[in-house]
Amino acid sequence: MEKFKKIKSNAIPLPMVNIDTDMIIPKQFLKTIKRTGLGKSLFYELRYDENDKKISNFVLNQDQYKDSQILITGKNFGCGSSREHAPWSIADYGIKCIVASSYADIFYNNCFKNGILPIILPEDQVQQLLQAAEESLNFEVDLENQKISYILNNEAKSLKFDIDPAKKACLIEGIDDIGLTLNKVSHISDFENKQKSMNPWLYSRKLT
Amino acid sequence: MSNPKTLYDKIWNDHVVTNNDDGTSVIYIDRHLVHEVTSPQAFEGLKIAGRSVRQPQFTLATADHNIPTTDRDKGIADPESKLQVETLEKNCADHGITYLSMNDNRQGIVHIIGPEQGFTQPGMTIVCGDSHTSTHGAFGALAWGIGTSEVEHVLATQTLIQTKAKNMRIDIQGDLPIGVTAKDIVLKIIQTIGTAGGTGYVIEYTGNVIKALSMEGRMTVCNMSIEAGARAGLISPDEKTAEYIKGRPLAPSDDYYEKAVQYWMSLASDKDAQYDKTISINAKDIIPQVTWGTSPEDVVSIDGSVPNPHDENDTEKKKSMIRALEYMGLEPNTQMKDIKVDKVFIGSCTNGRIEDLRAVSKIANGKKVAGHVNAIIVPGSGLVKEQAEKEGLDKIFIESGFEWRDPGCSMCLAMNADKLQPQERCASTSNRNFEGRQGRGGRTHLMSPAMAAAAAINGKLSDCRDF
Ligand code: SF4
Repeated sequence: MEKFKKIKSNAIPLPMVNIDTDMIIPKQFLKTIKRTGLGKSLFYELRYDENDKKISNFVLNQDQYKDSQILITGKNFGCGSSREHAPWSIADYGIKCIVASSYADIFYNNCFKNGILPIILPEDQVQQLLQAAEESLNFEVDLENQKISYILNNEAKSLKFDIDPAKKACLIEGIDDIGLTLNKVSHISDFENKQKSMNPWLYSRKLT
Repeated sequence: MSNPKTLYDKIWNDHVVTNNDDGTSVIYIDRHLVHEVTSPQAFEGLKIAGRSVRQPQFTLATADHNIPTTDRDKGIADPESKLQVETLEKNCADHGITYLSMNDNRQGIVHIIGPEQGFTQPGMTIVCGDSHTSTHGAFGALAWGIGTSEVEHVLATQTLIQTKAKNMRIDIQGDLPIGVTAKDIVLKIIQTIGTAGGTGYVIEYTGNVIKALSMEGRMTVCNMSIEAGARAGLISPDEKTAEYIKGRPLAPSDDYYEKAVQYWMSLASDKDAQYDKTISINAKDIIPQVTWGTSPEDVVSIDGSVPNPHDENDTEKKKSMIRALEYMGLEPNTQMKDIKVDKVFIGSCTNGRIEDLRAVSKIANGKKVAGHVNAIIVPGSGLVKEQAEKEGLDKIFIESGFEWRDPGCSMCLAMNADKLQPQERCASTSNRNFEGRQGRGGRTHLMSPAMAAAAAINGKLSDCRDF
């Protein structure tokens, strides 16, 4: 996984609540067997009309947000189906950081596995950022110092955010979870041996 | 005595491989269900890293999301779906994982075949790259949906890194009125706590009403825990649970059966166990429920009407209500019973089991599906289908004008050919009424199987108690 570096970009304001994973990436794109290539279909049904033409007033289609790496959005983002295609499509599009006042659990955890930083801030601060995103083109997300800064009307502003230290470390160092766990393989074997003697039925049958 | 523990605490404690310094734990995963949509990238990842599957015998795979529900002998027409299914088949063969193919009579929706085969047992940890894995909580198994990276993690290590959730209890006491089913209970729960109400929690359902439910009914309740935002739902194992598992292909063999049951019964929450939150619902307040909007919390009773955004004070909520009503093509204050439907879908892992089909046949028997309605019944598995046919239910359905299909997810998520056309309105026994869930522009009303059957016959949303 790529290491998470400081982001400097403008921020996409998407002030809708309860954006579910069907809206992030509709099911017709789930048939892929690869992780990449989904960015062009991100928010497909909000972004394109029935004839696959771009809907010009949708925020992702507006020129000033074309290369944004930050998304600011409403609460309970990523609810619904657990499809990891949602964070894949977000990452493939180039968004590296999301800001909202809450997320669905599974989606939240999936972000970290795909190098995306999901920041949680109180609703009033999210509203403040949404407004700023409409006007300002200069945002900076500094994970190391847990800080979002932006410039609005020539005034520099910044907000602190909280994040679990372990999750932060993994993002910064780009560590793969499986590698971490496989370092503990002897613990896993010990567990299996113990479980096998305590609950032997768990190990006794296989479907053919 | 040690601290009193909940069912969740006990299962958690019995699966800790090791605790990490950061407060997370490595949790052992007893069983892993795999389907074609969320697994290819996981197997791809294993291959790239040169890793193997640690415990292939603890994994069961099938194709369910993407497969046709008619003309199976002709294979899968859609080339992408076909490639996904073939990829799964090959991955399973390469790694020695049991795979139930589309033409195996045991094939079906993962969450239906797990319990059916005895793969699902109390006290287990069970995961699947699918959010409705919460279904298996009906057996007192800690079961939750995971993403594809985690599928890969489980395949490689048979473990997951987890943080312990908070524990909520939802207690449902009292007398359930006649005609009210498990689906109505869970819709009521979601209406009560909201789609984010369970976020961060594992919910344990308790109370005489839950205890009285059949295993099928319990699965319906746990299935939709995820719609209430919870990671998992749990119901304490009891004699009914043990009875259901007994004799199934993967049930504990005779040598171990007694020991297993003893273990299962020891899992119930201790009397004084503490929950982080408790919610009580009186069963007598529940009547048949339907959804009006595009979130599973948009629930009203069938004798109610479409809510009016004007009555909502929260501006954000008001906005999303207006959007939902526009999408649903509904006017505020319309009587629910006046809403006409075009399609009816009976099936899914929420309500595709034999008990659900029996409920439909009771309503449909001797009646006809309304002329303008297209109604399909998709059994949850090949074995459900066989059982229904043994009981002659298929004949009742066909005579009434329902289509009788082959098992799969079908119009629950419309990845195959079964879908709504834009603006078509559907009475559905599935679990999600999100925009576009059953087809772009499609309008979904969630309800119980009996209610969906009543809607099919009357051609509009109806109260199943009038039948
Ligand atoms: S039936 Fe629907 S909810 Fe259940 S596994 Fe299939 S697609 Fe998911």
